[in-house]
Amino acid sequence: MANKRDYSLVGESTKAAIETGLASAEWYHTDVPRKAMKELMQRSDGPAIRDTIIWIVTILGSAAGIVWFWGTWWVLPFMLVYGVLYGSSSDSRWHECGHGTAFRTRWMNDVVYHIASFMLMRNPVQWRWSHARHHTDTIIVGRDAEIAVMRPPDLLKAGLAFTGILDFRYSLPTLVRQAFGTLSDEEKSYIPEMELHKAVVAARWHVAIYVATIALAIVLRSWIPLVLIGLPRLYGTWHMVTTGLLQHIGLADNVIDHRLNTRTVYMNPISRFIYWNMNYHVEHHMFPMVPYHALPRLHELIKHDLPVANPSMWHAYREVWPVLLRQLKYEDYYLKRELPPTARPYRGEFHEVDMSAAAE
Amino acid sequence: MADWVQACAVDDVEEEDVMRFDHGGRTFAIYRSPDDEFFATDGLCTHEKVHLADGLVMDDIIECPKHNGRFNYKSGQAKAAPVCVNLKTYPVRIEAGKVMIDIG
Repeated sequence: MANKRDYSLVGESTKAAIETGLASAEWYHTDVPRKAMKELMQRSDGPAIRDTIIWIVTILGSAAGIVWFWGTWWVLPFMLVYGVLYGSSSDSRWHECGHGTAFRTRWMNDVVYHIASFMLMRNPVQWRWSHARHHTDTIIVGRDAEIAVMRPPDLLKAGLAFTGILDFRYSLPTLVRQAFGTLSDEEKSYIPEMELHKAVVAARWHVAIYVATIALAIVLRSWIPLVLIGLPRLYGTWHMVTTGLLQHIGLADNVIDHRLNTRTVYMNPISRFIYWNMNYHVEHHMFPMVPYHALPRLHELIKHDLPVANPSMWHAYREVWPVLLRQLKYEDYYLKRELPPTARPYRGEFHEVDMSAAAE
Repeated sequence: MADWVQACAVDDVEEEDVMRFDHGGRTFAIYRSPDDEFFATDGLCTHEKVHLADGLVMDDIIECPKHNGRFNYKSGQAKAAPVCVNLKTYPVRIEAGKVMIDIG
């Protein structure tokens, strides 16, 4: 009989992960010569400046279209573009700039990080630390604060994620609570004490801007301010969820080899622009120092050691769906992806940890 | 008390790069700056004990390979989250093409 997973960050699974050595463990890495890795890690402002200019110009252009065509059906294509750029591509900008790898210049990373955090209704301080934990303990139950689909999977919840409703319902009240100075025990488990005050200040800034936006909408007696600020988190989040869910869904948990718990999927160029190449997700987790624009090169260098990438998002979802259905009955079931003959094999002794013994 | 040990040869470290040096059960990181000076710090990041020698040297910054936390490797000062605790630094001198560090 399988143990029920406890996804709390301060619960039984947390204790078990620490006692079994799964927490803060040393993870598998494909061997890459230092010279090649040094080249791949090199930072440059150029690609991110180019992409950010395209991003901002397209956001402003589609926002102008929304205002101009408001009240007509012509507003819809502009909302589609604006929504995805605001509600989805902000996630990849938040992510890459949070790592500090998008730009070489630090302040550029910080500026885009804060703007994107606001668009996502994410506390920039809290989420910086939760993401550090996600990289330390990727899909380790009881440790990782960013497990999108827990087991057994809640398919209704996963479906609603595409609408942004659940995230919106979580994010906004969280920001308000934090603005009043309250951080939860879970948040305190990964945010250092010296950073807690910064998290409160950041939440206050975000809430103040949302209050000002609502006030403007009331004064103008128009929905436009809210359609432009805040609501894209609902109507534009679908692309972020479509791409992001594939990162780890249906794969192993409580393992210390990203080849087992993370997925690389080939995607079309538009999705890759929106997602800033995070479809190369095994590569990103194994080597988070490599900037988004170098991930395709890293993929070519190490793919001999990785499971074959899914050729499309459609293929990946078709592969995942039966796994999710089976997890409804058997939550320990997962998709173990085959390695090519050129790869170093999975190391069973690292991945067959008896969690039940530690939990007793 | 000073305890100078030989860490590596000067040519073992490329300019604007870092290498790992283990000694007496301890691990250190040896840096060669873009202006050809050598520095030494503890080898593990103060955040999650990851080897900094796998990280990236940019000017006077070492970036941790796991979480991208940054230190000034000349002063040891923590410069960017998620690192909050400074890195210990060690005196370095060059003798006959060898990099010596004082681990005392």
